[in-house]
Amino acid sequence: MKYMNKSLEELHEMLVNKEVTSKELIEESLKLSHEVQDKYNAFVTILDDAKETEITDNILSGIPCGIKDNYSTKGVLSTGSSNTLKDYIPFFDATAYSNLKNAGAIMVNKTVMDEFGMGGTGTTGHTGKVLNPWDKTRMCAGSSAGSACAVAAGVYPYATGSDTGDSIRKPAAYCGIVGYKPTYGMISRYGLFPFASSLDHLGVLTRNVKDAAIVVDEMKGIDKNDMTTWDSSNIHLKDSLTNNVKGKKLCYIKEICDINEYDNPSEELKMHFDNFFKAIDKCKELGMEVEEVSVDKTLLNALASVYVVISCAEATSNMSNLTGTIFGPRGEGKDWFMQVKDYRTKGFSPLIKRRFVIGSYVLQAKNQERYFRNAQRVRRLLVDAWKDLFKKYDAVILPVSSGPAKKFDEDKEILTKETIILEEHLQIGNFGGFPSITIPDGFINNLPVALNITGNCYDDENVLNIAYALENSMEYKNQIAKEVE
Amino acid sequence: MAYKAMIGLEMHCEFSETNSKVFSSARNSYSVTPNENIVPYDMGFPGVLPVVNKKAVEYALMASLATNCKQPEYMYFERKNYYYPDMPKNYQITQETKPIPVGIYGYVDYECNGEEKRVRINNIHLEEDAASSDHLYDTTVIDYNRAGNPLLELVTEPDFRNGEEAESFLEHMRSVYQYLGVSECDTKKGHIRCDVNVSIIDESLDEEDPSNWGTKVEMKNVNSFGGVRECIKYEIKRQIKAKENGTYDTEVVQETRRWDEETGTTISMRSKVDAVDYKYFVEPNIPKYKITKEWLEQIRSSIPEFAYDRKKRYINEYGLSEYDATILVKEKKNSDFFEETVKLGTNPKEACNWINGMLLSYLNTNMITIDDIFMTPDMLRDLIKMIDEKTISSKQGKDVFTKCLEQKKEPEKIVKDEGMMQITDENKIEEIVNEVLSENSEQAKDYDPSNPKALDYFIGQIMKKTRGKANPSIASKIMKEKLDNMNK
Repeated sequence: MKYMNKSLEELHEMLVNKEVTSKELIEESLKLSHEVQDKYNAFVTILDDAKETEITDNILSGIPCGIKDNYSTKGVLSTGSSNTLKDYIPFFDATAYSNLKNAGAIMVNKTVMDEFGMGGTGTTGHTGKVLNPWDKTRMCAGSSAGSACAVAAGVYPYATGSDTGDSIRKPAAYCGIVGYKPTYGMISRYGLFPFASSLDHLGVLTRNVKDAAIVVDEMKGIDKNDMTTWDSSNIHLKDSLTNNVKGKKLCYIKEICDINEYDNPSEELKMHFDNFFKAIDKCKELGMEVEEVSVDKTLLNALASVYVVISCAEATSNMSNLTGTIFGPRGEGKDWFMQVKDYRTKGFSPLIKRRFVIGSYVLQAKNQERYFRNAQRVRRLLVDAWKDLFKKYDAVILPVSSGPAKKFDEDKEILTKETIILEEHLQIGNFGGFPSITIPDGFINNLPVALNITGNCYDDENVLNIAYALENSMEYKNQIAKEVE
Repeated sequence: MAYKAMIGLEMHCEFSETNSKVFSSARNSYSVTPNENIVPYDMGFPGVLPVVNKKAVEYALMASLATNCKQPEYMYFERKNYYYPDMPKNYQITQETKPIPVGIYGYVDYECNGEEKRVRINNIHLEEDAASSDHLYDTTVIDYNRAGNPLLELVTEPDFRNGEEAESFLEHMRSVYQYLGVSECDTKKGHIRCDVNVSIIDESLDEEDPSNWGTKVEMKNVNSFGGVRECIKYEIKRQIKAKENGTYDTEVVQETRRWDEETGTTISMRSKVDAVDYKYFVEPNIPKYKITKEWLEQIRSSIPEFAYDRKKRYINEYGLSEYDATILVKEKKNSDFFEETVKLGTNPKEACNWINGMLLSYLNTNMITIDDIFMTPDMLRDLIKMIDEKTISSKQGKDVFTKCLEQKKEPEKIVKDEGMMQITDENKIEEIVNEVLSENSEQAKDYDPSNPKALDYFIGQIMKKTRGKANPSIASKIMKEKLDNMNK
């Protein structure tokens, strides 16, 4: 690996100084793509015919990247890692991808994900599970599993992701890299295969905070095709990274971070919190104030159920366009309804079907008040609780997950009651549309772990700058995955 | 026992007058070529998002105001989830009653057989239309041109008592929509489609009490106003007959029936018992947005006076006959043309005579509309003025009228170019009279004043000489004087 482990600015400088050509970068990235595909199964498609672009003032020009397979890419297979779309070649680009293309970015592959983003393991894609580049017996988490894997393995400096619950920020944590989803509506969702529209965010996975800022600066922007986008032309993420965070105020939540909240804390969990509090000390050294705050635990305990109800409800409706009639392989049957049933029965994985059943159930007229509407009310309460915190604090800082990447065979134990809030709290970032970034904060047994910083809507510059300063004060920046023995 | 019917309508009106569809940028235009007006949204490709057409919302608010409904503070849309091949996303973006749609709890006054009636409006909402499908011998083809066109659904309370009332109301609403300029309301293009609800109630019972209501039967997709009237007539008869035969409970059930135009009967389609649960929820891709007072006022001020009111005014203020007023207001464009002409100083009756007579017959013969003709209200005013001032005869006027339309020339120019100005100068006419008399001295001698036709010959001679330009009344006055003097 000569180039692909470098940062965007380093590569840009080399390209401008003609120390390397865009073509050479593509060649290396493609070679690495094939290696990573063989080892970790991170890609649905590798674009061996990717073409170099002109080197301009734009930092992204001429540099390879990966695109998650739920981004609609014109003329390039876009499956959402689902059998229902296994041969679907769109004829239009997602706005975010088209923005990257206009910046001169070069897509070299489409990355594997949990089917339509509906999973957190990276194991439910139609091309098989994605392995963690730090430890092949472990998962990358999901749904942006392939993107996290490839960036961590050094295939390119960045890959795009999407995040409905934590689908960018958790895989980033498990792979030792940076995962950032900006405020809801900063990046257009047009052309992103929808999972749950009110929770879906686009974002990016990189190996340092500045690269994340550079990429999202290009992806974002108001879009006439997405009414939920807003004008962010006065927000310049990269330029806002001053490294000066003196006087910023952070808080962490006692009910999540206090080891005494856990009856039988594992050694792993203790180490995870140790790492986290070391990072908190760094924050203080940087001149930030950090305080412990308390949030009603009943409310926190409800968040996972709220997420399931709302995301499944919206998903059921969003994915009813998948019938195999206009696109996708047409099912067999004596009439249209039977054909649709056949296509959907064969096409979707059992996990998704289960979520559709939940979604339909909670939306039914007789259940809607009890489940869906109540979930919306609790969502509002959680968001209000966080907004209250943002009145006093610049951001909430919390550990991500209960430790490093899970082993594939401990899959089922992810949602143990004990650590459920710790595992699921990133979803609050989706409930409120808050800017949220995950950065690595250490290792447990040579496996990376991470913390997350979440701020108020539209305050992306502040959130990124805090993450940037903290990242610079620790030694986990720009790390490439090293397989454990 | 006597029964009365309780009839409610769901009237769908497709807005034909927006440039694009209600949630997509595809053209909203009737086309016979299938799948011509489509963008990815209309076919539900993965990742497409709705973008609200502001014009369609404005039109819907216009209709809401025109039906005396209450408008919501915020505009929301909802998803109605159901699977159907003509609905590519398998959900329809529409509005339900909670949150409030574009209009709720209004009323409309209309006229039926010369009687004023009022119907209460339950709600009015904006939604996207489905694609249209053609069922062929062993296959079905779908045309997405219509998919996503703005559709306004108006739901009435069951206030109609018979088919005539329902039909009159539909005619009234068609005129309202046309006057608002939101739709052509062409039933042949499917712009208007109706669902009809019919139930009967014992006349002696209190109709305000829902427990007294009979079983509600729905007829879907009745596509002509006559069809609505007839299917109501048939359904009332069917339901009363079932009561009388004692078979009401088995024969009249909550169901959806289809109006069969050919046999003039309604046929059962499906029972309401297995009705679909539409799982409504607020459309997350469309942020709620505030309908400002300013915007509403702006819309309110753009609402024209409707046919119903114009007609009353034409009769009361202009003294037009009921018949003439009815014809004038039938098409807003024609009524506007009339009003403009009157505003320019023309006598309303004369303007009406020209428009309802010559003008409409010309439009009908040529199968064109008033927008397609060269003549403007200015020109009609000029023409009528030239006749009034006797510059040309009324016979010439008709000639000029036709020429104006056909040669696309202003009436004044035609009159001038063709030398049609009437000779009204008495000295000039006297000269001609003298000429005629000297050339026809024999006939002049035989002139019999008691024969009213005797004068005609001499006038004919004058007209021959002047090629019809002599003012007939002046000419006959002078000629009569001369002849009378000669024969004294």
